Amino acid sequence: MADESYPEGLRYHPEHDWARIDGDEATFGVTWYAQDALGEVVFYEPPEVGSETTKDQAYAEVESVKAVSDVYAPLSGEITAVNDAVSDSPEVVNEDPYGEGWLVRVKLTNPSEVDELLDVAAYRKLLEDE
Amino acid sequence: MTRYTSATDSDRQAMLDAIGAGSIEELFDQVPAEVRLDRALDLPDGLTETECFDHLAGLAARNAHADAEVCFLGAGMYDHYVPAIVDAITQRSEFLTPYTPYQPEVSQGGLQVMFEFQTAISELTALPVSNASLYEGPSSVASAAYLAIGATKGRRKLVVSRGVHPHSRETLRTYAKGFGADVVEVGLDGGVTDAAELAEAVDTDTAAVFVQNPNFLGAVEDLEALAAVAKEAGALTVAAVDPLTLGVLRPPGESGVDIALGEGQSMGGRLDFGGPSFGFFAATEEHLRRMPGRIAGETTDADGRRGFVLALQTREQHIRREKATHNICTSQALNALGGVIYLAWLGRQGIVDLGELMARRTAYARERLAGVEGVELLHEAPVVREFAVRLDAPVDEVLDRVAEDGIAAGYPLAREYPEYEDGLLVAITERRSREDIDRLADSLGAAIGASRTHTVQKAPIPEEVAS
Repeated sequence: MADESYPEGLRYHPEHDWARIDGDEATFGVTWYAQDALGEVVFYEPPEVGSETTKDQAYAEVESVKAVSDVYAPLSGEITAVNDAVSDSPEVVNEDPYGEGWLVRVKLTNPSEVDELLDVAAYRKLLEDE
Repeated sequence: MTRYTSATDSDRQAMLDAIGAGSIEELFDQVPAEVRLDRALDLPDGLTETECFDHLAGLAARNAHADAEVCFLGAGMYDHYVPAIVDAITQRSEFLTPYTPYQPEVSQGGLQVMFEFQTAISELTALPVSNASLYEGPSSVASAAYLAIGATKGRRKLVVSRGVHPHSRETLRTYAKGFGADVVEVGLDGGVTDAAELAEAVDTDTAAVFVQNPNFLGAVEDLEALAAVAKEAGALTVAAVDPLTLGVLRPPGESGVDIALGEGQSMGGRLDFGGPSFGFFAATEEHLRRMPGRIAGETTDADGRRGFVLALQTREQHIRREKATHNICTSQALNALGGVIYLAWLGRQGIVDLGELMARRTAYARERLAGVEGVELLHEAPVVREFAVRLDAPVDEVLDRVAEDGIAAGYPLAREYPEYEDGLLVAITERRSREDIDRLADSLGAAIGASRTHTVQKAPIPEEVAS
């Protein structure tokens, strides 16, 4: 499993999801904290390409041996790509949550929402209080 | 260790002394006076054991049971022989008393037999995944609807053939309300599902098509053709099947069916006034994560030894809560155990032999009854162990007359099929001998004859003659 880390270049959502912003597009995934709390991920069914994500609402589920967890969208957008590799090998979410374990890529529909996300420091603070 | 624990007066006194209470009444001091009954319950005096026995025996004697008469009743539950080995194993306290095996380390025996059961059902139906049983046939059908709605991402139409058991269709309608789904029925033609009507009813809003094989009228359906219609519209095919016919019919998994399920009573269960029994449920791999019911899985422990656990519990309500695949909390595991013992007792060849025996006797019964004056076949579709006829006399009256000969002739169709008002469903098991069938034919013939004469005598005397 990966060592605990929260990369600088990402923005964070209080429900333990990250977003990597790239112009008017963004990539989403779950944080190290999330995969650690879940345990070994065994199943992920990606949403359909073309469907919408709405900030703060669940867009998928991630299943581990002991729990099922909703995955929350940090930002609103239209899904342009899903990571099928996670469906085939769900454990990549545990091994590389910020790299190979990405879940969806979206075209942002409301870029101003980015300002509402947390930076690393703020997310770490939230974890301390968790 | 004693199997019965009682408390004597001195035991009770010792317990009261230990907790410092003066009397049992004192323990209820916390209950407000205004909600207390303050009188004895309005029950009759207790009976002695012998009085009780005589009273209940008297009540029971008012019923005729399947062992006291020759039973041609079917309609979903069948009078098969239950071998002694079923009770010899299921009545063992290790199987009789435990509840759900959430603690695998103390439930290996129970989990192993669940695993064996699942394996047997998978082999019978030719579908790779199956669960550890459900409650009975009808609720299994409804559970499949829920699976189909999820699998088709929210389609809300359920198309069901009138060949599916009336109790299953009723249960489906009950559950469908909760799912916000609509149930559309497709009629029968020539005893089987009307293919044209089905094609009309199935569209891109259909989550699943439900059929039964053999159907309620005993007819063998063309599962492959029906499944093709569903598949073309992107709907699932759910087939309720009679397990003891699977020794002679092509398994549903080889006919393009997504889910095969049904009533398990005929495997190791007696009629028992309608229950308890169990349901079985098998599906293609694709639907594994949406399967209802418990699933036993084979794994290895920390020391590498083979063991069994409840698998995929993330489907269940204690983890997924309102998003669970089902709301099963108790279980019919004991009845399912009876089922797998029965299948093991029959064996691979036995189930084929049984199916062939039933098919031969049913063919004979059908031929003999069709030859009786006043009886004609309701349909001529191929059958395995049950068939339908029409009587040229009031069915209930005929059944009463035949009952006087010690025979339960069959199930009157008028109850649930107004379109077959004069219909009678006749079931055959290995317990119905050729002699029994001949007796039925003779008794039925006599009863119909008597009914017709009786009817003629009851006809009003024409006015011209009376005056």
